[in-house]
Amino acid sequence: MTPLATAIPGSSNNGYVAAAYIVFFAIVLIYVAIMAVRLRSVERDLRELNERAEQARQDGTRQGETHAQPRERETV
Amino acid sequence: MSPTNGRGLRTLSIATIAAIPIALALVFFYAPIEAEEGFLQKIFYLHVPLAIVTLCGFVLGGLMAIMHLRTRDRRWDLRSYVAIHMSLIFGVGTLITGSIWARGSWGHWWVWSEPTLVSFLIIMLLYATYQPLRFAIEDPERQARYASVFAIVAGAFVPMNFLAVRLSSSYLHPRVLGSSSNLPPKMAFTFLVSLAAMALLFATLCSYELTAKRTRMLLKARSRILGFQ
Repeated sequence: MTPLATAIPGSSNNGYVAAAYIVFFAIVLIYVAIMAVRLRSVERDLRELNERAEQARQDGTRQGETHAQPRERETV
Repeated sequence: MSPTNGRGLRTLSIATIAAIPIALALVFFYAPIEAEEGFLQKIFYLHVPLAIVTLCGFVLGGLMAIMHLRTRDRRWDLRSYVAIHMSLIFGVGTLITGSIWARGSWGHWWVWSEPTLVSFLIIMLLYATYQPLRFAIEDPERQARYASVFAIVAGAFVPMNFLAVRLSSSYLHPRVLGSSSNLPPKMAFTFLVSLAAMALLFATLCSYELTAKRTRMLLKARSRILGFQ
């Protein structure tokens, strides 16, 4: 069985424990920050795509209108 | 992204956010202090779960690669890639926290005669070649196939390496799992909670990465369909 301390030992190693936990949380934080940057880039791409799709739809509608006018004349 | 993915991700995230403070509270306020190493032993609850989750992630990547080769479904390749990618990040954490522990415990940042340390470094170096190999191949089909073969071979190497280290006679590195561990119940419980928290963190980050990659792929596909690329 692992021996347990009867009294709290000296605190000479506290710095190592703090360093290990800080390093771990720093790695997680850096990863989450990178993910956030990439998410922002996806959002920007999505916005661009939406704008271009909307632009293309409007252009298509305008073209449809111009094509529709001569047909109206033809029928008249 | 499907709504199911979103729900799963939210549940995983909440579970992880709850599990990590619980694990930390148990480590610092519940688990007893060990007699020989004293407070330094608290690194054990971080370093060992990190190492276990890393190695399991590598093996999981290999299993997913098998699924990819069996089904030819690209989603398995993506899962395998994400599992290995995340394991590499966790592996870096394992090496750094292990070095800090070694410095505090043995007085050295690294001990080359210690089989556990060196074997872990070999595994990390092996997997460090995964991404360069993968992205050196342009054809997506070949890239996925070659990466899967690598993931399977390297994934099989991980448990073999672990067994070889276990069978070696002399080591300084403390054993955690197995007949020689003998952790007191409070320490064992804290260790298991820490392991569960680490596994949840791994699963959550993998899930985030997968969702981000799928969204990006979907976005590219839509751009192509609409003729914007």
